[in-house]
Amino acid sequence: MKVALFITCLADQFFAEAGVAAVRLLRHLGCTVTFPEGQTCCGQPAYNAGYWAEARQVAEHTLEVLEDAPYVVLPSGSCTTMLRAFYPELYRDQPRRFARAEALSRKTYELSEFIVKVLGVSRLGQGLSGRRIAYHHGCHALRELGIKQEPLTLLRNAGAEIVDWPAAEECCGFGGLFSVKLPEVALSMADRKLATLPQGQMDYLTSADGGCMLHLSGRIENRGLNLPVRPLASVLWEAAQR
Amino acid sequence: MKVTANHYPQEAARVLRETPEVRDSVTGATLNFDSKRRQAYAEVEAETWRRWAEAVKNHVLTHLERYLLEAEANLQKNGVQVHWAEDADDARRIVAEIARAGRVKKVVKAKTMVSEELGINPMLEAMGIEALETDLGEYIIQLLGQPPSHIVGPAIHLNLEQIRRLFHERFQTPLEASPDQLAAVARKLLREGFLQADMGISGGNFVVAETGTLALIENEGNIRLSTSAPRIHVALVGIEKLLPRFSDLSVFLSLTARAATGQRLGTFVSLIQGPRQPGEPDGPEEVHVVFVDNGRSSVLADPEAWETLRCLRCAACLNACPVYRQTGGHAYGYVYSGPIGAILSPGLLGLSETKPLPYASSLCGACFQACPVRIPIPKLLLTWRNRAVQEGLTPRLEAAAIKGYALAMTRPWAYRLASRAVRLLPEKALDNSLVPVLKAWTEGRAGLKPSPKSFRQMWEDGEV
Repeated sequence: MKVALFITCLADQFFAEAGVAAVRLLRHLGCTVTFPEGQTCCGQPAYNAGYWAEARQVAEHTLEVLEDAPYVVLPSGSCTTMLRAFYPELYRDQPRRFARAEALSRKTYELSEFIVKVLGVSRLGQGLSGRRIAYHHGCHALRELGIKQEPLTLLRNAGAEIVDWPAAEECCGFGGLFSVKLPEVALSMADRKLATLPQGQMDYLTSADGGCMLHLSGRIENRGLNLPVRPLASVLWEAAQR
Repeated sequence: MKVTANHYPQEAARVLRETPEVRDSVTGATLNFDSKRRQAYAEVEAETWRRWAEAVKNHVLTHLERYLLEAEANLQKNGVQVHWAEDADDARRIVAEIARAGRVKKVVKAKTMVSEELGINPMLEAMGIEALETDLGEYIIQLLGQPPSHIVGPAIHLNLEQIRRLFHERFQTPLEASPDQLAAVARKLLREGFLQADMGISGGNFVVAETGTLALIENEGNIRLSTSAPRIHVALVGIEKLLPRFSDLSVFLSLTARAATGQRLGTFVSLIQGPRQPGEPDGPEEVHVVFVDNGRSSVLADPEAWETLRCLRCAACLNACPVYRQTGGHAYGYVYSGPIGAILSPGLLGLSETKPLPYASSLCGACFQACPVRIPIPKLLLTWRNRAVQEGLTPRLEAAAIKGYALAMTRPWAYRLASRAVRLLPEKALDNSLVPVLKAWTEGRAGLKPSPKSFRQMWEDGEV
């Protein structure tokens, strides 16, 4: 199966290893992975800040870059949502572009979702046996796309225990520009989220969303807490090792 | 009510810094409300109920004029006097005239947000009329001289200790008094109020056009007393609060209670069908319904924001909102706070008075899932942000930065160049306080550390 990787700008810059892990995992599962060269950012920063004209420019660019890909896979729930749900929204009043956005929307998947739903794989290996993992659900993937069980299934089936986290589905406070426009509120949200973790009962925290991870790991480090944060793609690749 | 919504960012930061206990009180109470709401939704086919309620409200809003006229005719048939208030001034004048004509000296208030919106209490005070809030939470904040910080639980930002201290100072109750003891003290005071008052002022959850019925939901019994004991009852009702048929109440009463507090039905539901009839032993001599516009028809005319008017004022979105939870409602600077306030206030007051509110959200979507009438709150928050951009209300630096961003992101060579440049910066360059955005990030978070090589570079170098 031929798959185009849309790395997303955050993963490209801050989680390059996770991108490598995603490619290796997809190849391991029998996919041929391409990396359309012209790709940049999905345009979400402009969209969420209300700059829709600029968001459309970036969306237009991405639509072109990904036009020929049979499938588009992203190691990010939020950017997947941008392509899948918000691009068509941006072109509500432009029928031809809307149709192109819809076409992209139909072939775009978040990594764990692609593995479970399209490849039909729910067991990657036993590489996580004995690991205790806290899973942070990114809000967009969870509430806009309804992706919830896919990452958990892959982690559990690889032997991991998902720790009981009362605030697992609550927003961490990242929210893109929100995190710098209202930093005090954003940090307070991160603190609330971290405070509800079952202390000392997990090896690390993982998530499909780079923004949330930068925000949470930045807060963890700032407060001197001891909890590694690892991108989901890296953890899933580890799952497939044994 | 005075509008200070433009200070939201500073106020939110101040609440967190100076009164951290507010966050604890609000978080505890809203999590409790929210989990009860989930349970109450799970007991019924909530999706079907929500979609049906959405459709009924859409129908009412689409044919609002017809239903308002039908409601007016049926209310009048029931002996209710109907008034129309275009704005807050109008509404205050109407209430003042009713009070003057009825020689009113004392008013009991049954928790109503519209009254806060219209500034009824200050007006009554200016007329020398005593106004007593009879909802326990509302009574507490009246004692403190504060506005409500939540639509359903106006004193949600206070903890038991603070209320104990307040009652100790005012009524000499012991500092360790139980909640029941405190409520008993308030009950005694409020009962005297009900007996002495000449006028009761309420809001209205629904007005049924078909039968001219005013429906009110509550848990304390104070609304029933406020609307039945005094000689005069005045109900302030937003024009969007109509339902077409009496039978619509069967779902709407239960859906509102489930959304607001997780109850199957409010403890008291009053269906008011007009003033005391000859031969009836009690009830008010006069019942007035004041239909209030105050910006609502301009929201209705808005091709996108009109959906906001489906709101039932249940506060389910506040309870679900992790942003609201950090500060409570006062920071929002207007009577309606939380997610619904962030989209309703710009509609009622205009964007220039409420600029920061559409940004008071991480767009997590929890509000939409909680909303009993499926108001697309995240989408409308984005719509208001887009309007702020179009009206030139956003910071110039931000607008320029986004333009630069779009330029770079539509030119792969520029993106690539930027990606290289970031890696040529000295270590810790992203961990500085000179660039405002980085300063806002690094105050409270560790600095950003890019991967040694970008993914793209690794791909191009054949390392993947």
